[in-house]
Amino acid sequence: MAIGTFAEAGADLELIGINKRFPGFTAIDELDLTVPAGSFFALLGPSGCGKTTTLRLVAGLEEPTAGRILIGGKDVTKVKTFKRPVNTVFQSYALFPHMTVLENVAFGLRRRNIADALGKAHEGLRLVELDHLAARKPQQLSGGQQQRVALARALVNRPALLLLDEPLGALDLKLRRQMQLELKAIQNEVGLTFLHVTHDQEEAMTMADTVAVLNKGRIEQMGAPEELYELPRTAFVANFLGQSNLFTGAVTSSSGSSIVVDVAGVKVEVPSARAQRHVGLVTIGVRPEKLLLHTAPPEPSVGTNVLGPGRVTDVSFSGVSTQYQLAIPGVGVVVVFAQNMVFGPVVHEGAEAWVSWTVDHSFGLADVPEALPRFEADTDTATIATQVRHKLLAEIEES
Amino acid sequence: MAFAAFGSSTAPVEQAPRRRSGIALILLAPGLAYLALFFLTPLISLVITSVQAPVEFGDVGQFQNAFKIENYFAVVQDYWPQFLRSFGYALVATFFALIISYPLAYFIGVTARPWPLAQAILLTLVIAPFFISFLLRTFAWKQLMAEDTPFVQGLKALSILAPDANLVGTPFAVIFGLTYNFIPFMTLPIYVTLERLDTRYLEAGNDLYAGPLSTFLRVTLPLSLPGIVSGTLLTFIPAAGDYINASSSFLGSASTSMIGNVIEANFIDLLDYPVAAALSVLLMGIILLIVGLYVRRVGTEDLL
Repeated sequence: MAIGTFAEAGADLELIGINKRFPGFTAIDELDLTVPAGSFFALLGPSGCGKTTTLRLVAGLEEPTAGRILIGGKDVTKVKTFKRPVNTVFQSYALFPHMTVLENVAFGLRRRNIADALGKAHEGLRLVELDHLAARKPQQLSGGQQQRVALARALVNRPALLLLDEPLGALDLKLRRQMQLELKAIQNEVGLTFLHVTHDQEEAMTMADTVAVLNKGRIEQMGAPEELYELPRTAFVANFLGQSNLFTGAVTSSSGSSIVVDVAGVKVEVPSARAQRHVGLVTIGVRPEKLLLHTAPPEPSVGTNVLGPGRVTDVSFSGVSTQYQLAIPGVGVVVVFAQNMVFGPVVHEGAEAWVSWTVDHSFGLADVPEALPRFEADTDTATIATQVRHKLLAEIEES
Repeated sequence: MAFAAFGSSTAPVEQAPRRRSGIALILLAPGLAYLALFFLTPLISLVITSVQAPVEFGDVGQFQNAFKIENYFAVVQDYWPQFLRSFGYALVATFFALIISYPLAYFIGVTARPWPLAQAILLTLVIAPFFISFLLRTFAWKQLMAEDTPFVQGLKALSILAPDANLVGTPFAVIFGLTYNFIPFMTLPIYVTLERLDTRYLEAGNDLYAGPLSTFLRVTLPLSLPGIVSGTLLTFIPAAGDYINASSSFLGSASTSMIGNVIEANFIDLLDYPVAAALSVLLMGIILLIVGLYVRRVGTEDLL
């Protein structure tokens, strides 16, 4: 980027065939990604899926093992970090502790010899409503304030591409919501390209125009949040982005408009357009909030799938909705979210119940059922350690 | 760290208000008694000696209490070149020690982070000279710099050194010795601050358009300032009062004698105790002044 000028608009980012291997493991495997200029793009994935590595590659803090990175059409693969038209809001904020808030924000402007760096830094601080704390040192601010300073420090440079590395991680829920909306507003206002990395699916869905779900260094699915949520392509996406009820069965018949799957002896219909695979053993699913809970067997009708009867094993009330767990013999546990239209739960534990849903709400996944477990293990090392300890303790008690 | 001795009392340390208790006083008592006995008493004795006058018709080395403030004017008049030399040599040696130690400390504390074993070995090597007496090591350098060694012969062959010149006894040899002897005192405190340096700040600097040099000057250097201040103080203060390197028995000669050598000569050979005491008091005063100004100028209280 030229010294002394700002980027006029956001630039698009292209990753072509990116590979990143660290000694002993592959963080990113053949990643192709295009982020259109001016969009708010979220990379969503569990910890260790390679999303932060992707961000660091774009910022130039890591070098790809193979592949090319293009920003605004220019190949920057070999360009040094400080020459890239990119700024990062770091997860740890990385605010310079020996400088005041104002000096921190003016740092990038001064390095690029922008006229009136301090004036622009004040402007940046006003944008995040922290101008009154300009003379403080970062460690005198709260976590949320530090996060906003980090945001201002990156934003004042008007980079063609702004990278956000889980920047809202340290905030409490209320501040988080507020910052999400503010970030979105800022992005709309300045028209820059935002690449946001997060493991929080709600955050990705509320803020981004496009979400790419990353798993083990590969993109599982990419698209608008609604699209990803309503029509997940894989079991990973179906369970990482919200919750899903998944059933496995063989396709018994398929007409032009829909396929019929045999789930534990019950015929379940899925629209062909919403199913990835149309023959053999398939996994189909439906979102818990799309299910209706019945205490009497519902009348079978065209366009409705029915499962049941099953027994209600758990009822948990969460204010807006109630979550029911229903154990259906042969099918497994089905989760139902029901709006609290009346006061409190309508069904109690142990009751017999049926579920039904509109055929149009079912979806068919691309995974081969035998090849994939229903849930990807996503346990962190601490949990594994605890499990091992419990197992050992149990063994000791037995002997 | 030694720096704490000069630490600013102005630094606002946030701590929970504590209950006043007699236990603190009891715990402090041995330390205070030690300081009173072994620091305050000799200091007062030194100041008293520094204004003593010779006993009339007495032997050499006999003095009586007086208030002979002229002693101070006399020592400044007689020994100002040695004073200048002391601080000049100490300053140059501190500078070179810093230039050599900083990259070394950076390498051990930052570059070698992925290899803890290498870090440990390198740190041991920095401390290793302490296993051999300071005197022996300095004496070894005298031998290495002696006239007939291959090193000196080589310098002469390359015409870097004149054919009839010596290394031992020159300011070069003295400053070399001072620099060599104080490098560990410079390296260790700088290492301690660099070892804690969060490299994410350097990444942030790079991300904000600062190149390697700019990032070093504006991020790394300010963040390692406490170590630099400690290291320079730990080097400069003892170097200014040093009398081994500059002594003619080691690397120096009469023309390189520093204030420490003059104090030693007056005390041990000439038995002129008031002059030796006045020189000592003056040396201490000047060092305190320089250090005070330095610490205030650098203003590190924010960083500690």
